[in-house]
Amino acid sequence: MIELKGINKTFRVAKRNPGFGEAVKALFKKEYTCIKALRDVSFTIGEGEMVGYIGPNGAGKSSTVKIMSGILTPDSGECVINGRVPWKERRRHAAEIGVVFGQRSQLWWDVPVIDSFELLRDIYRIKEADYKANLDRLTELLGLGELLRTPARQLSLGQRMRCEFAASLLHDPKILFLDEPTIGLDAVSKLAVRDFIRALNRERGTTVILTTHDMQDIEALTERIILIGGGRILLDGSLAGLRERHSAVRTLTVTYSGGEDVAGVKVDGLTLSESESRPGRAVFTLDTERLPVSAAISLISEKCEIRDISVSGESIDETVVSLYREFGIGV
Amino acid sequence: MKKYLSFLRIRFIAGLQYRAAAWAGMATQFFWGGMTILMYRAFYKSDPASFPMSMSALSSYIWLQQAFLALFMGWYYDGEILDSVTTGSVGYELCRPCDLYAMWFIKNCAVRLSRAALRCLPILVFAALLPKPYCISLPASLPAAPLFLLSMAMGLAVVTAFSMLVYISAFYTLTTSGVRILAAAVTEFFSGAIIPIPFFPEPLQRVFCALPFASMQSTPFLIWTGHISGTEALGALAMQLIWLTALLAAGGLFMRSALRRVVVQGG
Repeated sequence: MIELKGINKTFRVAKRNPGFGEAVKALFKKEYTCIKALRDVSFTIGEGEMVGYIGPNGAGKSSTVKIMSGILTPDSGECVINGRVPWKERRRHAAEIGVVFGQRSQLWWDVPVIDSFELLRDIYRIKEADYKANLDRLTELLGLGELLRTPARQLSLGQRMRCEFAASLLHDPKILFLDEPTIGLDAVSKLAVRDFIRALNRERGTTVILTTHDMQDIEALTERIILIGGGRILLDGSLAGLRERHSAVRTLTVTYSGGEDVAGVKVDGLTLSESESRPGRAVFTLDTERLPVSAAISLISEKCEIRDISVSGESIDETVVSLYREFGIGV
Repeated sequence: MKKYLSFLRIRFIAGLQYRAAAWAGMATQFFWGGMTILMYRAFYKSDPASFPMSMSALSSYIWLQQAFLALFMGWYYDGEILDSVTTGSVGYELCRPCDLYAMWFIKNCAVRLSRAALRCLPILVFAALLPKPYCISLPASLPAAPLFLLSMAMGLAVVTAFSMLVYISAFYTLTTSGVRILAAAVTEFFSGAIIPIPFFPEPLQRVFCALPFASMQSTPFLIWTGHISGTEALGALAMQLIWLTALLAAGGLFMRSALRRVVVQGG
């Protein structure tokens, strides 16, 4: 159980104007600006939930994760995770959480991965039997095998990320914080990582909090999203609800033969996108609130021989962009 | 406790990966030790009476210094720890159920120990084979041996506890190069790494002994050579203990206040 109530955090950042004179001036008098990284952030996450925490760069995502993992101390507000305040009982709290920072590594650079794992075993005081069982399970799930005996510096990013995941899960954490876990990964590794997270949540009931800019991650993994912008929680709800609200618009792509007058289809709600269409292929934009999909298709089929048709909603990336725009953040 | 031993182990393993560095380091230390002894020999030849210790004792001091250089070097700082603060990867370490001070302290001791372990034996053997009075001789007396070992351990702890202050300052300054140069110069000079403390004028020596730096390499080496013995040796050990406690306490407080205002860089 994670509960945040009215969390505030301000950073002081040194600022100066460009130029040599200003740099000299800054030697004597530094000017600081206060940046409100988090303002009155509150939410509750239940056990076993998978939550996507999204927002543009600099919105306060990482700060929130750092507060929840006990690294940062907020200026004010309450945060209770499994009955503990993270920054007050940092060590006890740390034993129950796992973190994967996509842009950092926790493996020892020079030594085989397995040596890093054994160090973690001792740090977390994992019982030998549990360690063995977990290691075997993770090795199988993540396909580690030979990787374990390779020094971390010689692993590819995808291989290393799989090892990072294993490293963060050896102690069976109840809560897993993932900070951009798929950043820089190729398609195969991304899918593998997503499958793994899903399996983990399903089989072990691990609570997962995922921050990412990769909307496919969010789409594939989470039901619930929390949107943060300018340090404030702007939206907390289900992904499906969000999409419905934002996308009554569908794109119809039709491949046809015959029927030269497809362009002649003109009804309220269905418009041909001239720039994307060419002979044999027409792209329509459809507002489903004014015209149902089925009606549109039958209208088009009257005019031509449809060979293939695809209906696609607004992509999740577009949904998020329009969401950011709606709240006036990051765009 | 086990986790800290485990740190020691992995640091040892990592240290063993750099064999070429160990060989190069050893060659440098043979050479450096030899040069230093030749230089002191010239002074000794001109006036043995004004020497505060015998040539043979001085040779032992210098060879010990070279053999255990890695344990007491005042200019060495673990780049990994410093980088972890600058780049923010210290965030990972803060997510561990460990005390950060203890973890860094052990890491640092472990680097020093693993380096010294690889290098000390060949140097000691080589130095023992040299002709008198340029060789390393046995400890001055039987009780000097255990006192030397104890004092070595404390000296290592004092060096590490002192360097911890520099590491923690990274939370405030981010680039510690300035602090590091200053700390290295002061440590090397006042610890007797450049010129053994007995070679300084009497009043200066008293100042030296009141500083924490004398509790680093000077105390164990002077116990070995017999320059400090009996109750004086026990007094020097007590001094080491006092400084160690003080530095540990200061480091602990410093770390706590640093972590309260920590800002993890990037991302």
